[in-house]
Amino acid sequence: MAEKEKSKIMFLMRKAAHGSIYAYEGLEAILIMGAFEQEISVAFIDDGVFVLKKEQDTKPLGVKEFSRTFKTLEDFDITNIYADRESLEQRGLTADDLIIPVKVMEAGEIAKLMEGQDVLLPF
Amino acid sequence: MKFGILIQDGPYNHEASDSAYNFIKAALERGHTIQGVFFYNDGVYNVNKLMDPPQDDRNISKRWSELGAKGIDIVVCIAAAKRRGINTDIIVPNVRISGLGQLLEIAVESDRLVTFGTG
Repeated sequence: MAEKEKSKIMFLMRKAAHGSIYAYEGLEAILIMGAFEQEISVAFIDDGVFVLKKEQDTKPLGVKEFSRTFKTLEDFDITNIYADRESLEQRGLTADDLIIPVKVMEAGEIAKLMEGQDVLLPF
Repeated sequence: MKFGILIQDGPYNHEASDSAYNFIKAALERGHTIQGVFFYNDGVYNVNKLMDPPQDDRNISKRWSELGAKGIDIVVCIAAAKRRGINTDIIVPNVRISGLGQLLEIAVESDRLVTFGTG
C-alpha cells in the first residue's frame, strides 16, 4: 500500500455527537486513517453538524466529551473540513458556533466533492 | 469488479448484515471479487459464536464463518470489538480481529467500497 498514490477518503458525519456511537467511532476511524497519510476530508451533514458544537457538557449524560478531539485533526494535516450550510441553518447554527474552522458549503458543492473521492465512509 | 464491504450494524435487529451477505453472494455468483469484509460499530456482534437462534432461522455468525472458509477475508475492528466484549475467544472460525488500517486497505484496494447499516 505504501508505494501507491494517496487515496481520497471522505468521512460523512451525519449523526449528532451523542445518542448513538457513530460520531465517536467515526472520529476514531478518522484519527487512525489520518495516521496512514491519506488525503482525508470530513463533511458534517444533517445532525452531524451538532458534533462540532462548542461548549458541550456531557457530564449529565455520563458519556465521554470528544468534540475537543476534533482540534487534533490539524496535527494529522486534515484541513479539508466541510459543513453543509442548510444543515447548519436548519439547526440555528453558524460556523461561529463550531469548535473548529469549517468550510461552509452548499449541498451541491459537497455532492461534487463526494463524486471526486475514492472512498466514502458514512457515519 | 473488486468490492470491499463495510458492515456497521449488528445481526437480526436490522437487515444490514443480511443485505451485505446477500450482496456478497450475488456478486460472487456473477464472477466479481470480494476484497474483504470489515465489521465496525455494532457490526462486530455479527461474528459472535455464542449466537444460538431458533433452528428454523438463519445463524448469522455461522454464515459469515462459512464465507470466511471460502477464502473471503473477514475482519473485525479491534477497538469496536473490545468496547463490546467481542474477543478471539468468542468469534467464529475463519474471521480475524484487526485494526482500522485493514478497513483502509480493503477500501483502497477495492474498485468500490459498499457500506451496510449506518441507519
